[in-house]
Amino acid sequence: MLSASSRSAFTRANHLTRSFATTARAAQAVQKPVLEKEFKIYRWNPDEPSKKPTLQSYKIDLNQCGPMILDALIKIKNEMDPTLTFRRSCREGICGSCAMNIDGQNTLACLCRIDREGSKDTKVYPLPHMYVVKDLVPDLTLFYKQYKSIQPWLQNDNPPAHEHLQSIEDRKKLDGLYECILCACCSTSCPSYWWNQDEYLGPATLMQAYRWIADSRDTHGAQRKEVLQNEMSLYRCHTIFNCSRTCPKGLNPAAAIAKIKLELATD
Amino acid sequence: MMSTKALGIGPALRRTALIPRHGGAIQTESLPPSANDNILNKQRLQRPSSPHFTIYQPQLTWLGSIANRVTGAALSTLLYGFALAYLVAPTTFDSTHIIELVHQLPESFKYVVKLGLAAPFSFHAINGLRHLAWDTGKFLSVKGAYMTGYAVLGASAVSTVYLTFFM
Repeated sequence: MLSASSRSAFTRANHLTRSFATTARAAQAVQKPVLEKEFKIYRWNPDEPSKKPTLQSYKIDLNQCGPMILDALIKIKNEMDPTLTFRRSCREGICGSCAMNIDGQNTLACLCRIDREGSKDTKVYPLPHMYVVKDLVPDLTLFYKQYKSIQPWLQNDNPPAHEHLQSIEDRKKLDGLYECILCACCSTSCPSYWWNQDEYLGPATLMQAYRWIADSRDTHGAQRKEVLQNEMSLYRCHTIFNCSRTCPKGLNPAAAIAKIKLELATD
Repeated sequence: MMSTKALGIGPALRRTALIPRHGGAIQTESLPPSANDNILNKQRLQRPSSPHFTIYQPQLTWLGSIANRVTGAALSTLLYGFALAYLVAPTTFDSTHIIELVHQLPESFKYVVKLGLAAPFSFHAINGLRHLAWDTGKFLSVKGAYMTGYAVLGASAVSTVYLTFFM
C-alpha cells in the first residue's frame, strides 16, 4: 500500500517535470525550423458504422515531437484530435499494445522511428486483416483464444518435490521463444493467417506451442504435437517468412514452426 | 470505490459518469449487465476488416511465395489441361500435330512462348529446392530466406535464358 502510493506520487512528480520540460522546450524551440510531416491514419468509428473507413491526414512539426511513431500519435491525440483511438502502454516495446501497420510493415509504434523525410507521408493502419474495434484498435479475441488453445503452461505428470532442474543446454533451447510478447505483429503479417485465421493457429501461437514442446521439464510434448497433427492448425504455414521478417522483438517464428514440422515428420 | 462495490452499483455509476453532460438535457438509461453482450455482438457484426495485401509492404518473402503458388497453379493447369485434351481428342493433340503446329509458328513467337514456359518452370522448380532445404531445417532465418530467395531468382534467370535460347 505504502509503496503503491509513493510510486503514484513519484509518477505524478515525473509527469510534472515532464510537462515543465515540454513547455520549456516549446519556448526554446522558436528558432528551430518547422519540419512538417504528414501522417495518414486509418479511421473508423463504430458509432457511425455505415461510414466507410478512411485515411485521415494530420500534419505535425517533427521538431516539436518525440522520435517515435507513438510520440506522433500521442501528440496528435493530445493536441489535434482527441477522438483518435489506439492502444499503448509501456512505450518501450515490452507490452505489445501499440502493434500496428506502419508504412506497410507490422511493428510496435513505440519502437518505430519516424522517417524524418518531410516530403514523404507516413501511413498508419491497424494490424492487417483483423476486425477493427475502432481506428487503430483491432479485435484480438480470436488471437488470444488461439493462444489459450495450445495450453501455454508447464504440464508435467511427475513434478519433482523441489526445484525443477534443467541443464544449461536444455534452458538454451527456450531462448528466442519465451521472449515473445504476443503483440500479434507476426500472425497478422502472415498471408496464410489472413486467409485461414479461423482454423490456422498462426505464427505467434505456433511458436508458443513449440516453446512448450521444446521445454525439457514438460512431459506433454506428444499430446501437444498430436493436436497440431491435422491439415489446418500447423500445415497452413508455407514458410513465407513474413512473420520473422516483421517481428519487432527479432524473434524467428518461422524457424520454430519448421522445427515442429520436422518433429512431426520424424516422430 | 469500496462502497459502490459493496452496493453493487459500481458499473452503473461508471456508465453514467462517461456520458457527456450538455446542460443536463441528456437522458440516461439503466441497463442490466446482460445488455452489454447484445451491444457488443451488434457492434461485432458491423466491424470492418482492416486492409491487408493492398497496404502491406512488397517484400521478397511473400511475393516470392505468391509467385511460387501462381507458377505452380499455372504449370499444373497446363499439364492437366493438355492431358485431358489429349484424352478427349487424341488425334488433334498427338505429338505429330503439335510438332507441325510449332513448326508453322514464326520464330519470334516461338521464343515468346518458350520464355513464357521456361520462366515459371525454372522459378517453381528451383524454389521447390529452397522449400526442401527449409523442410530439412536449413536456412531458417530472415537472412537465410533472403539469401536463398535472391539465389533462386538469379538461378531462375540463368535457367530461363538457357531454356529459351539454347534449347
